[in-house]
Amino acid sequence: MPIQTSLAEDGKTLVIRIEGRFDFSTHQAFRDSYEHADPKVTDYIVDLSDTTYLDSSALGMLLLLRDHAGGDSARISIENCNSDVRRILSISNFEQLFAIK
Amino acid sequence: MSQNSLRILIADDSDTDRLILQALIKRLGHEVIEAVDGLDAVEKFGEGQPDIVLLDALMPRMDGMEAARHIKALAGERLVPVIFLTSLSETEDLVRCLEAGGDDFLTKPYNRVIIEAKINAFDRMRRMHDTLSRQHQQIRERNRQLLEEQTIARRVFDNVAHTGCLDSPNIHYHASPLSVFNGDVLFASPLPAGGMLIFLGDFTGHGLPAAIGAMPVAEIFYGMARKGFSGADVLREINQKLKLILPTGMFCCGAMVEADFKLGQLKVWNGGLPEAWVIRADGDPVLLPSRHLPLGILPPEQFESVMETLQVWPGDRLLVMTDGVLEATNDRGELFGLAGVRQCLDHPGSGRHPFDAILEGVRRFSGKAAESDDLTLVALDITDQPEVPSVQEQPSPSALAGPTEWRCEYEIRERTLGDFSPLPLLLHICLEVPGLRTRGGEIYTLLSELYNNALEHGVLQLPSEWKHSADGFGRYYSERQARLARVDGHYIRFSLHHTRKPGGGRLRVVCEDSGAGFDFRNHPLVSGRGDEDRGPRYAGRGLLLLKRLSNNITFRGRGNHVEIVYDWNFSAHQGDGDDR
Repeated sequence: MPIQTSLAEDGKTLVIRIEGRFDFSTHQAFRDSYEHADPKVTDYIVDLSDTTYLDSSALGMLLLLRDHAGGDSARISIENCNSDVRRILSISNFEQLFAIK
Repeated sequence: MSQNSLRILIADDSDTDRLILQALIKRLGHEVIEAVDGLDAVEKFGEGQPDIVLLDALMPRMDGMEAARHIKALAGERLVPVIFLTSLSETEDLVRCLEAGGDDFLTKPYNRVIIEAKINAFDRMRRMHDTLSRQHQQIRERNRQLLEEQTIARRVFDNVAHTGCLDSPNIHYHASPLSVFNGDVLFASPLPAGGMLIFLGDFTGHGLPAAIGAMPVAEIFYGMARKGFSGADVLREINQKLKLILPTGMFCCGAMVEADFKLGQLKVWNGGLPEAWVIRADGDPVLLPSRHLPLGILPPEQFESVMETLQVWPGDRLLVMTDGVLEATNDRGELFGLAGVRQCLDHPGSGRHPFDAILEGVRRFSGKAAESDDLTLVALDITDQPEVPSVQEQPSPSALAGPTEWRCEYEIRERTLGDFSPLPLLLHICLEVPGLRTRGGEIYTLLSELYNNALEHGVLQLPSEWKHSADGFGRYYSERQARLARVDGHYIRFSLHHTRKPGGGRLRVVCEDSGAGFDFRNHPLVSGRGDEDRGPRYAGRGLLLLKRLSNNITFRGRGNHVEIVYDWNFSAHQGDGDDR
C-alpha cells in the first residue's frame, strides 16, 4: 500500500503516510485516506518521510485536503520531506498554506 | 447443445462421409453448407460466409490444404477456424494440414462428442477474436478522433492565443506543438507604451482540462496588455478568473515579465515556476525564484501581485522555463534538475546563447527528440531598440466615426492612488477618437509619463536621482511601495479635452496633483537651457519624452499643474513623433 493512515494518540490527528511517488496514481487512495477518516479528526499530518517524488498533481491533492480540512482554518502539517520534495513545495510557495516541518 | 446456431461449411468428396457428418452437425443445431471438393468449398465460402469450415484433406480438383489457404486469405482479419477431416495418421501429413492454415483435425470415423466439443471450443475462440478486433478497431478509431480533435482544438486555441509578438527578434522560445495539451502556455504582447509583456504558464494536469483553463488566460492576457494594463493588473485578473473557474486542486504555475527597454527595467513575478534567470552581459547570473503561490489558488483579497523590479542593460538575457526542463530524465532515471541548468549556463560554450545551451543540454541529457519533450523555455534579450511589432488594431469600417468634441475630468484620490491605475481607462477614452486609434502608443506614453510624474514625484515626493544607481533603484521602488500606503488627502486629477481641427484634431491633457510641485521656472529642461540630468523633478527621460511627443507643454501653479497639447492629422503617418 503506497498510502497508510493512522490515528495519532491524541485521537484527533490523522497521520497520512505516502510511500514512493506521490503523483496522480495515488489520487484515489489519498482522497480515501481522509474522506473515510474518523469524524473526530481535526488535525492532519502528511508524513512524506518515504516519499521519493512529488509532482504538481500531488500539490493539487494537498489543496483538496486543505479544502476538506476547512480551507484557511485547516490544520495540516507536512513533515519529513526530503530535499527534492521540499524544493517542489517551496517553489510553489506552499509554506504559505501549510505548516512544513 | 450450443446456444448459437452456427453456419458450418463441410467439404468432402465422399458423399457418404459428407452425409454422416452433415447429419451429425445438423443434430447439434447448426446450419450446414455442403461442398464436393476444394474448389467448390472456396466458392461456397465466398457465397455463404460460414463461421467454421470442415475440410477433407484429400479431394479432387483442389485438395484441402490449397482450399484452406484460399479460405484464410478470403477471411482476411476475420477468424474462421478451419478443421481438417482426415483419415491420415502420418505426423508429416498432419503437420502439412496445420501449415496450410488449418487450426485442428477431426479423424475419421467421426465421434459425435469430440465434434461437438471442438466446434464449441472454436466458436468461443472465434467470438473472443471478434470482440478483441472490434475493441481494437474502436480504440484505433477513438485515437484517430482524439488526434483530429486536438488538431482542431489547437487551431481554435491559436486563434485566441495567437503568438503575439513571440516572433520578435529578441525573443527565443521552445514549446512543443501540442504543448497546450501538456498544460503549457506562452504569450507575449507589445505594450502600448513600448516594451513587452510575457507570460509563461504551466497548468496542473494534462489534456483537455488544462487546455480549457488556458483559454481565458489568453483572452485576459492579450486583451489587457493591449489596453496598457500593467503586469500586476493582468496577474490579478488571471488569478481571480482561474480561482473562479478551476476546481480546487487545479491551478497554474506561472511567471509574468514586464520589460521596459527605454527605462532598462524588468519586472518579474514568479509563482510556482522554477527560478527565472537573468544572465548579465558579462555572464553573471541573477536568480529570480518563485515567491508566490501559483495562480488560481488564493482568493483575490489574499493574492499578492507585486512584481520584483530589476534594472537591466542591453546584452542582458532573461530565461524563464517550466519544470519540464528540470524534470527531464535520462535513461538511468536521474533528473536534469537545477544543477543541469546551472551547468549549461556556467559553460554555455563560446558565443552560444544561453537559450540554446539549455535546450541542447536537456536534449543531450535525456536523449529525446525535440518533438517528444514536455517543456517550454523562453528567452528575452534586452536590447536598446527592440523591433517590437506594434499593436495592430483591426482596421474598422467605422474608423472615421467617433467622438471628436468632448471633455472629461477624472480624479483619483486617497487610497485609490495606491492600488489603481487610471491609465487604461483614460487611454480607452482617448482611443475612441478615430484619429487617435493608431496613435495609442504615443497617447499612452504621454498619459503614463504625466501620471507617473504626478504620482511618484508629486504625491510621493520620491527623488528621481535615486534611480541613477543600482542600489538606489531598489530603494526607490521599496520606498515607492511604502509611501503608497500613506497617501491620505492626496489626489491626481486629469482633464482631457478634445476638439476637431481641419484635417485632424487636438487633444489637451491637464494633469494636476496635490503634491508640493517644483520650481519649474528655474528648471533647465523646462526653460530650455542647461543639461538634462539635473533638477529635483522631471529630471530625465520623462520630461524629455513629454516634450518630444507633444506639441506644447506648459507648467502652472507651483509646478503641480502640467498641460500638454497633442495635435494629430489624418494624413500624417501613424507612429513615432519624430516627424513633428
